[in-house]
Parts: sequence; C-alpha cells; structure tokens
Amino acid sequence: MDNKNIIEVASLTKKFKDFIAVDNISFDVKKGEIFAFLGPNGAGKSTTIKILTTLLSPTSGKVTVNGFDILKNKDNVRKSFGIVFQDPSLDDDLTAHENMQLHAVLYSVPAKEMDQRIKNLLEFVELLDRKNSLVKTFSGGMKRRLEIARGLLHHPKILFLDEPTLGLDPQTRNHMWNYVQNLSREEQMTVFFTTHYMEEAEKIAERIAIIDHGKIIAIGSSAELKKETGANSLEEAFLKLTDNTIREEEVTSADRMRQRRRVWRGRR
Amino acid sequence: MNTIYILWLRQIKKYLRSRSRVIGSLAQPILFLLAFGFGFGNVYSKAGGGNYIQFLAPGIIAMSVLFTSVFAGIEIIWDRQFGFLKETLVAPVSRFEIMLGRTLGGATVGSIQGIIVFLLTLFVGFRPVNIALLPLGLLFIFLIGIFFTSVGTAIASRLEDMQGFQLIMNFLIMPIFFLSGALFPLENLPKAMEIIVKIDPLTYGVDGLRGSLIGNPSFSLGYDFAILAVVTLAFLLIGSYLFSKIEV
Repeated sequence: MDNKNIIEVASLTKKFKDFIAVDNISFDVKKGEIFAFLGPNGAGKSTTIKILTTLLSPTSGKVTVNGFDILKNKDNVRKSFGIVFQDPSLDDDLTAHENMQLHAVLYSVPAKEMDQRIKNLLEFVELLDRKNSLVKTFSGGMKRRLEIARGLLHHPKILFLDEPTLGLDPQTRNHMWNYVQNLSREEQMTVFFTTHYMEEAEKIAERIAIIDHGKIIAIGSSAELKKETGANSLEEAFLKLTDNTIREEEVTSADRMRQRRRVWRGRR
Repeated sequence: MNTIYILWLRQIKKYLRSRSRVIGSLAQPILFLLAFGFGFGNVYSKAGGGNYIQFLAPGIIAMSVLFTSVFAGIEIIWDRQFGFLKETLVAPVSRFEIMLGRTLGGATVGSIQGIIVFLLTLFVGFRPVNIALLPLGLLFIFLIGIFFTSVGTAIASRLEDMQGFQLIMNFLIMPIFFLSGALFPLENLPKAMEIIVKIDPLTYGVDGLRGSLIGNPSFSLGYDFAILAVVTLAFLLIGSYLFSKIEV
C-alpha cells in the first residue's frame, strides 16, 4: 500500500438482495486527513462506514484500512479505528465510567494506563464530574461526547464519525468539532465522517466525496468542487451534482422500537 | 480483566440495578407455587403421591431459571436495537468470547433467581431431603441457566425486533415448561406425552434438580447430567455460530 493512504477502497459494491446500496466506488483517504462523505439520506454513507469498520461484508471490491484487508485481517482493522455511530451505542444502564472501562477491556488497554486514560478523556469531554452517573440520565449531547471519548480510548489511528452532529445543538456541535480538529492536528489522527450538512463538510473537511445513489459523483476539496461545477457555494455545487428529488428514509424496526421506548420511559 | 469477565460483570450489574425486574420475575413462580401447590396438594396426596409442595418446588425453581435465562439471552435484541451490540461487534475480540461472557452472565443471573425462589419455597414448607446434595442442585440450576441463555441467544441472533417474541414465548418456552415434568410425575404418562416429555431438555434439568433436592429421580442423576451437558454444549455452539453471523 501507498504509505500516505490510510484507507484504500477499490471498486467497492454492496448489494442487499436486489437493492444496490453502494455501487462500485473507489477512493483513498490520506493519513492525518479530515475526510467527509457528503450525501442525501439513503445515499450509501452509513453502509460504506459499516463496511470500512467490518460490521458488514462487501459484495465485491477490495478495502484496506491502516494497511489491513477488512476481510482477511479483521482484528487488526478493528484495533486501528475508533467509531462514533449515528445512533447511540452506549449501555444506558451502566455509568459513564463503566462504559469506558468496558471499552478499555475489549480493546486490551493496559490495566495500569486504563484509569488515567479514562480520567483524561472524561475531563477532555467535560464529563468527569458525571463519571458515576448512569448514562440513561445523560442528554443527547452528553452521550455523544461520551461516545467520542470512548472512541478515542484505545488511541485509534482513524476516527470514524457517522453523522456525528445529528440532533446536537449548535454549541455542542461547535465544541465537538473543535475537539476533533485539535486531535487530528496534534495526533495526526485521520478523521472520516459522514454528514448531510453542507456547511459542516465545507468548514471541517479537507476533502469531500459527494455520494448519491450509492455512487461517488465528485471528490475533492470544497474549492475544487466549486470550481468544477462553477458554483458559488458548496450547496450549489452539491445540488448541481445530485438531482433534487426529495429523499425519504425508510422507517426501520429500530426506529419503531426507539419510539416505543420513548413512550414507555417518557423521556430521551 | 478480560472480555468474558467484563461482559459477565455487565449482566450482573444490569440485573442488580433493575430491582423491579427482579421482583417482577419472582411473582410468577410464587403464583404457580401457591396456586398449584395448595390447589392440587390435596388431590395429589389422596392419589398417593405424597406431599405436592415437596414435588412441585424443584419444578418451580427450574421454571424461574428457565424464564430468567431465556430473557437474558433474548436481551441481545434490545442491545441490537439500542446500539450497544455494535460497540461489542466492532471490538477486536472474538464473537465467541462475547457470546460466552454474556451467556455465563445470563446463567449466573438465572441461578441467582433460582436460589431466591428456592429460599422462598422454604417458607411454604419445602424441605430438601439431603443438604449434602445442595451443591449438585446448584450445578443443575447453573446448567439449565447456560442452556436456556444459549437458546435465547440463538433465537435473538435471528430476530430483528421484539415482534416475534410473543410467538416464541407461547410456542416454545411455555411448552418447554409445561411438558418438562415440572408440574407432574413422569410415571404412567400416555405414550405420546411420554415421548414429547423425553424430547424436552428441561425434563432432565427438572429431574436432576428434583433428584438432588428430594431424591428419587425418574432417571438417574448421572443420566440427567449427561443429557443436559450434551444439549447445553450443542446449543452453546449453535448460539455462538448464529451470534457470529449477526450483521447490523
């Protein structure tokens, strides 16, 4: 592999029965880069992230992450990245500290470093004073911060963020991106995120891939994309590149379940 | 600390933190114990069966282990819906370890529940015959726990949401309980019934537990143990295979 590329994707395709979620895409992400996947709902962003993080296997194509093949060398791939999922993936019935501890054990963080690292990270996301509170008492923003702290606990080379700012207020959003940008700069950590907010992609990402209907239709820096399409803003460029039909997301059983739980618990 | 231990610990902590669940899941065994125990006690002793509470208590203990463990296994559906499962699935550890930690956790929780029910049966007059065999009873309780947590895991690995849950309760778990000899003696059953009862793995769990607590097993303790151990191992493997195939 090229030493500068930390993620290499070649002709990746993912089919679900007769639906093609990801259609023959190829791209590379450079080490230390902040890279965004920008696209409307249902474009194939989350599916791609799930493949890159070994949660789904591709139908065809070759993907390497940190130099490791995602099919042949899963454990090494998994050690290389931290991830913040689109939906929360914390255990609500455990405390913030217990969630961190569980992660540390799963990623074999050395026992003698564990407590210090957890403390530093919780401090970093300003949750240290709440470390012994159950996660179910946290707001959406606090949960997201905790997930970011957890994703960083094993010192990953790559941080995947799937729609990380969905449902966050502007302050928290701003705060979060400051953390992430600092980390990327100081630790040479690669950041790969998906979003459907133009301004977020424009402001944060060094390079952007625009994806629609499972295909990458353009890739480059925000300036390059604007130049290519002769647009004044990224939004204009985006709308020129994608067609402007409205996308509907299917309601999944998970959504229904969440709805039901919200009713039961009367909060969240 | 390792993966198996931390996931085991998670199950225990969650159990201890949900007091309403602990108490709620005690209601059913107590109801069964009182209603059947005192309702049929007279008929049972007139028919020459002896003390029905003595006979029934091990069956009710097994029932509470059965339900608690199946639920513990099925909890994977909740973890899947609320995201935590993904956290474990992207971690650089084998799925088998994850499954094993969860299963041992579920079995431990089921066993604690079984022990609580055992203590409660003492209040309605149940008396174990041979105190020295109590550890053996505990072994059977734990095996029943592992077996049914694995069954729950296997089922939950194939289910997307809780919609199929009612179906499983009514067509699998309830029949397993009612046809296990938990409520009635295995002797002199109609032939068809006898065959069904002998296919039911819980039969051997109940018989082993009953044999350990009050003596006179229908089979022998060694036979009960062997059958239960084999099906437990088989389902542990089936459960971990299906668990390893989960995609989210």
